[in-house]
This record gives sequence, structure tokens and C-alpha cells, in this order.
Amino acid sequence: MYWEKDSETVPVETLRGMQLRGLQEVVVNAAHSHFYAQRFADAGISPSDITSLEDLSRIPFTTKDDLREDWPYGFLALPKEDMVRMHSSSGTTGRATVIFHTREDIDGWTDIVARSMYMTGMRRSDVFQNMMTYALFTGGLGFHYGAEKLGALVIPIGAGNSNRQIQLMCDFQTTVIHIIPSYALYLTTVFEDLGVDPRRDTHLKIAFLGAEPHSEHSRRRIEEFYGVKAYNSYGLSEMNGPGVAFECPAQKGMHIWEDHYIVEIIDPVTLKTVAEGEEGELVLTTLRRRGMPILRYRTKDLTRIIPGECECGRTHRRIARITGRTDDMMIVKGVNMFPIQIERQLMKIPGVGTNFHIILDQEDYTDRMIVKVEVQKDYFAGDLRQLEALRRQIVDNLKSEILITPKVELVEPNTLPTSEGKAVRVFDKREK
Amino acid sequence: MTAYQISIFAENKPGRLSKITGILADANINIRAITISTSDGFGVVNILVDKHREAQKALEKGGLTVSLKKVIAVVIDDRPGGLDKLIQLLAAENINVENAYGFVLESWKNAVFVIDVDQIERTQEILEKNGFRVLGADELAAVEPFHYMNY
Repeated sequence: MYWEKDSETVPVETLRGMQLRGLQEVVVNAAHSHFYAQRFADAGISPSDITSLEDLSRIPFTTKDDLREDWPYGFLALPKEDMVRMHSSSGTTGRATVIFHTREDIDGWTDIVARSMYMTGMRRSDVFQNMMTYALFTGGLGFHYGAEKLGALVIPIGAGNSNRQIQLMCDFQTTVIHIIPSYALYLTTVFEDLGVDPRRDTHLKIAFLGAEPHSEHSRRRIEEFYGVKAYNSYGLSEMNGPGVAFECPAQKGMHIWEDHYIVEIIDPVTLKTVAEGEEGELVLTTLRRRGMPILRYRTKDLTRIIPGECECGRTHRRIARITGRTDDMMIVKGVNMFPIQIERQLMKIPGVGTNFHIILDQEDYTDRMIVKVEVQKDYFAGDLRQLEALRRQIVDNLKSEILITPKVELVEPNTLPTSEGKAVRVFDKREK
Repeated sequence: MTAYQISIFAENKPGRLSKITGILADANINIRAITISTSDGFGVVNILVDKHREAQKALEKGGLTVSLKKVIAVVIDDRPGGLDKLIQLLAAENINVENAYGFVLESWKNAVFVIDVDQIERTQEILEKNGFRVLGADELAAVEPFHYMNY
């Protein structure tokens, strides 16, 4: 049940001791980089100042802008010739951030991905279909390496080509898939069109859902349709990629691997650490990465630490589902909200299909929010009143969640454009 | 005798209706009657055709969201009071009509009135007991307006 029992169930005090030693090493190492040498000098600190985990707070935060500023090689703490791989963020705004890995860095990352997969019950006898983009995106190669290390048979198909995905799944008796949740929902309609029932016609048992936040209801829908247990996966390229935090069979939060990362949750406005259990921005420090260490990285992802011990026996703390990114926050009529709140409400309602779009525009200088919702194909019973009732229910649910009344438009199934990568849900057409 | 109406969920925007009629024309399907009801940005197109199974298949293949619904197609006299005779009977029997539309078969002779009711079996029995002709799917397929057999 454990990939590395000693590391996964290490007593908390021992873990904190390991973290302190790791932190001291990573700070010494980071000081070799152009960026951190400068940063430490500016802040008036030296690596020998770090004598406890609390001293971490003396180090300034690192942001995505910092990564762009000292681009491309300013963060390297080892010579460039030691690097064997580069990855890049999927960010669509500004210059992409790049991360470099030494061979040992790749090994360390691969190990926590294998650990995460093993935790969910995946074994070497499994057939693993990796339906994520390879290339610069970390989701493809990260899982690929982890699955090979675990010893499973890997089908490196990558993203897209829905018919072929389903064909391979059937032909090679795929048991485990790695898939973006919005694509998993979309793919259900392709299964239906082809007359393939994953519960009857495939051997699927596990799905890893990653690369975008999703709600518990989306997970349940995916589990039900595919006949699998679906596990939430968290990662970001700046912190290697997938495998940073992962759900165990209890499915009550994601264990964040504290022997590889130091976790902090801060208030994104005051930048102070919040009380344990309170929501805030996740801040991470790499403990094991030698080539390109990053200290106190502001992930912009909002979550909280789930207090208490997990029934699975692992001592690494758990984070809750990501509830949004500080970047994704929409302000409509002065109210702050996140797309995931809309998703959470929509996926609860029977009759709601697999895709939705949020359009923000202005009418008479006032913000207007339009939510276009696909109707589930089988739900339509030929009755206009049924559709009107559905629309009203959506309006009511959304209103109770986001406190403003959106205009809800029902659209035909499979008519909203889908993307093969992370879903694009929000279209802000307001004048900036 | 049961007739089937095809209901199609369609957004209320230019080109949706022509998509439907285009598919039906290509599939060589004859439309007996059509009604459209709309709400805020979307609507339902109800059609009565000669070959409902083929029509359903063609429309679904064309990517439309389709639902097949049982309705009652009643033959009434095409003259003043023809419809009233039917409606008075339904009212007396306490039958609620959800949706209805009609088309003429042979001018000044007879017409078909299509009703969507909550108690479909009971309504059919009552109509037949009271001397109304109710058309089934096969008869709708065979209906030839203006050269109509002796109903």
C-alpha cells in the first residue's frame, strides 16, 4: 500500500527535522544562483541565518514575475551543462516561465509521481493511458516517467483525438487513465456517440484528474460514467509538475509531499501566514531540486490545509481542492468570484451537460454576466417547460453562490467550443 | 393508435430551423405540421412527419437533440364547430391539453388536430368511444392530403 513506507509514514517531528536540514541545504545551494545571490544580499540575509523552520519567513517570496525577470538562466544554481531537461508553464499571459532539471532532479520528481500513483492502487500489472499533452507541459512527461518507474505499461498517446483514445482504451484494456477533468466530461459524449459504455466495454478502474481545478460533483460524474475511482492531482511546473500533492484512497484531500516541499498558506493581501485550516494562497519551497531551487514560490492557487490525521496513515499534511487561482478571480458588479464556484453549482444539477462558458460584458456601463450552459442530451424530453425549469434552477443556484443574478442561456449539447488542454471557461469582453 | 411527434431542442438563432428542414429534405421526409415555441434564447421545434423513426435518426445524426413524444392525432370536421366538438368533450372529461396544433387534410371536409395531453391512454379511449378517429403513425405516413381516403 506504500511506495516508500518510511518516507510516507515518517513521524511528524522527524519530518520537520528533515525539512529543516533540507531547507538549510537548499538555501546554501540557491545562493549560487544569480537571482538568489542578489535577493539574499538585498534582504540582508545569509544562508547561515536559517536555524529553524520559522526562519523561512525571513526569505522574501518568489513570484512568477521574478522567474520572468531573471529569464532564462538566472535561477540556475548549478552549471547549465548539468541540466538535462527543460519544461515550461502553460501560462498564456506574458513570457512563459521555464524550469530546468538535472538528472537527479528528474529522478526525485519521478519518484514522487510513482509514489502518488502507487498510493491509489496502481501497480506494474496496470495499463496506463496518458491522455495529457507531452512536450513542454509537465503533465505528460511527468506522469510518463512516474508510471514507467512504477513498472506499468504506458500508452503515451498524449492529448486529443477522442475516437482513437477510446479505440486504444478498448484494444489494449487500459486500466488507468490520466486526463484533464473537463476533457473527461466532454469525452463522455464521444463514448455515447460511438455506443461504447466504459463500464461494460473497457477495463478502466482508476482515473487521475489533473491540470485544472474541478468540483467534487464533476469527480463523481466522471467516476459514475467511467466506472472508476478518480483521484485529484496537484502540481505546477515551477514545482516540477504533477506529483506535488495527490489524493490517497480516502479521497479526503491531497497529501502534499513534505519531504520534497515546504508548505505555507498565506493571506494574499497581507502576505501573513493564516491559521491552520484557513484558506489562503499556497506558497511552496523546493527541498530536493538542485538545478533550479525556488524558495517561497507564490503559486496563486487558493486552498487550505485540512487539519487532522488521514486514515491512510500517511503523515504528510493534506491540502483541500484548489478553489481558484488569485489570477482567475472575476469581479462582477463589485463581487469577487471564481469560475470553480459556477462549476460547483452547475455540476450538481441533473440536466446540465458537460461544458459551460462564462461571458462578462457590459450593458449601459453595468457589468453583465452571461452563463451559457449545455443541456445534457438525454435530459431533453421535448418539453419547453422542463427547459425553463432547468434554467430557473440554474439561475437560483448560481445566485445563492455568487450573490448576483446571471443571465443563463441554455445551449444545445456539444455546441460550445472545447479545448484539448485546460478548459477555457471565462470570456471577459468588458472594456479594461 | 399512437402518433409520434418529434421535438427538437434548438437555440433561438438564425440558421437553426434551416438546419432542421435541410436534414429532413435530404432524408426525403415529409413534414405534416410544425410548431415552434420559444423561451429566453432557446426553443423547442415540434414536428409531425410521415416517417418519424427515419426523421429521428437523421436529425440525431445531424447532431441535433431530439426527443420522441406520444401525441394524439384526431380527425375533426373542417367546418364551423368541428374543433369545438372535440374541445367540449375534452373539457367535460377534465382532460388538460398541454400543447396542440392542427392541419387541414381536405378543405371543408376534414382536418387533423394534434394534442399533447397528460392522460394519453384514457383520452384515446374516450375519443374512440365518442366516435372520433385517431390516427396512428402508419396512417400519418399514408395520409395524402387532397386525395384522401374515406375517413
